Amino acid sequence: MKLLTLNFLTCAVKTCKSSSDSFPLHPKDAELASDDVEVNPELLVNLLPRLDWKALKTTSAEVFLPSCIYPLGFPQLPDSPPTIEQLQSDDKLLKDLHSLLMETNLMEGKLVCGVCGHEYAVREGIPNFLLPSHLV
Amino acid sequence: MLPTPSTSHVPYTLVYEPAEDSFLLLDTLSSPTSLTFHTSHFPPSSPTPLVLEIGPGSGVVLAFLTAHANHIFSRPDILTLGIDINSFACASTAKTVSLASQDHPTTSGEFLSAVQGDLTSCLRGRQVDVLVFNPPYVPTEDLPALPERLREKKEGKVTFEEESKLLELSYAGGKDGMETTDRVIDSLGDVLSERGVAYLLLCAGNKPEAVKQRIREMDNAGEGRRWKAETVGTSGRQAGWEKLQIVRIWRE
Repeated sequence: MKLLTLNFLTCAVKTCKSSSDSFPLHPKDAELASDDVEVNPELLVNLLPRLDWKALKTTSAEVFLPSCIYPLGFPQLPDSPPTIEQLQSDDKLLKDLHSLLMETNLMEGKLVCGVCGHEYAVREGIPNFLLPSHLV
Repeated sequence: MLPTPSTSHVPYTLVYEPAEDSFLLLDTLSSPTSLTFHTSHFPPSSPTPLVLEIGPGSGVVLAFLTAHANHIFSRPDILTLGIDINSFACASTAKTVSLASQDHPTTSGEFLSAVQGDLTSCLRGRQVDVLVFNPPYVPTEDLPALPERLREKKEGKVTFEEESKLLELSYAGGKDGMETTDRVIDSLGDVLSERGVAYLLLCAGNKPEAVKQRIREMDNAGEGRRWKAETVGTSGRQAGWEKLQIVRIWRE
């Protein structure tokens, strides 16, 4: 799964959804893989306005903890999303975002809800959101 | 005609094989009238649309939408996501989509992930711009449940009973064939974005006219807006009735 997917997912437990802590889910014991994807500036420009930037910043900070080795070391994201002009004029920022959003995959690990603490397993790049029967 | 993605790697003892319903979705979603609708609904410089298929099975429809994004949505910058209850379907979908994308690099959108889950329960609210659902629509006595052991992918061979349960899950729809579809219809207001549109496949046994009427009368469209539900594709005439149809649902 692309790391970007976490910008669209929450805990599957109904009672967690009303709390803002159920989003984003927190990666744990994450094993990452990097895909080689051609840079598409237009996609990034159109993607930016629909992203939850704060959640993305949290995800990228959590997933690139010192224990997970990112070959180049991932730079910290700015506090607020870049404007389209900034993105178009800052080649490094564009490449960093491309690498984070389009190339980074979560292959193994867990996704943890900040409300109920439930851990969703990720295996072979596929997260499992089916709940045990007592939580449905 | 846009080429149909290859699904030759999919284990059909565990995952629904593409059939007339899947192909009706491909034809309808890639028709000239759909293109016109998508182009005006998601103009080129508007935010990147998120396309979700519920129950993608082999992944043939999601792979088609991803690989031919530029022909279907008149823009290649779309994100696609599949959610299936069957872990074998998730693995199949991921492979089908990635193969099709590689075959059509210049027209392809970006595939996010296949997710194992129960319909839309793991989604953040109001994010989906295009929802596609080929549901378990056959009217049956009971609605099957996923065998407990298959909720988590475990080692070991899938038994014959488990195999038949997985396939039953892909077609058995309970009362009027609508028990699962009704859950998705009820969630549309929470799942679809403001500009969101859903494509839902129905069979004659689902009483499609009543289903469309029920959707039009739903009250969660937002202030000053109403739900629209129109048939945009049909196949297999039987005794004067369309056997299968695709209904487009959106707010206006």
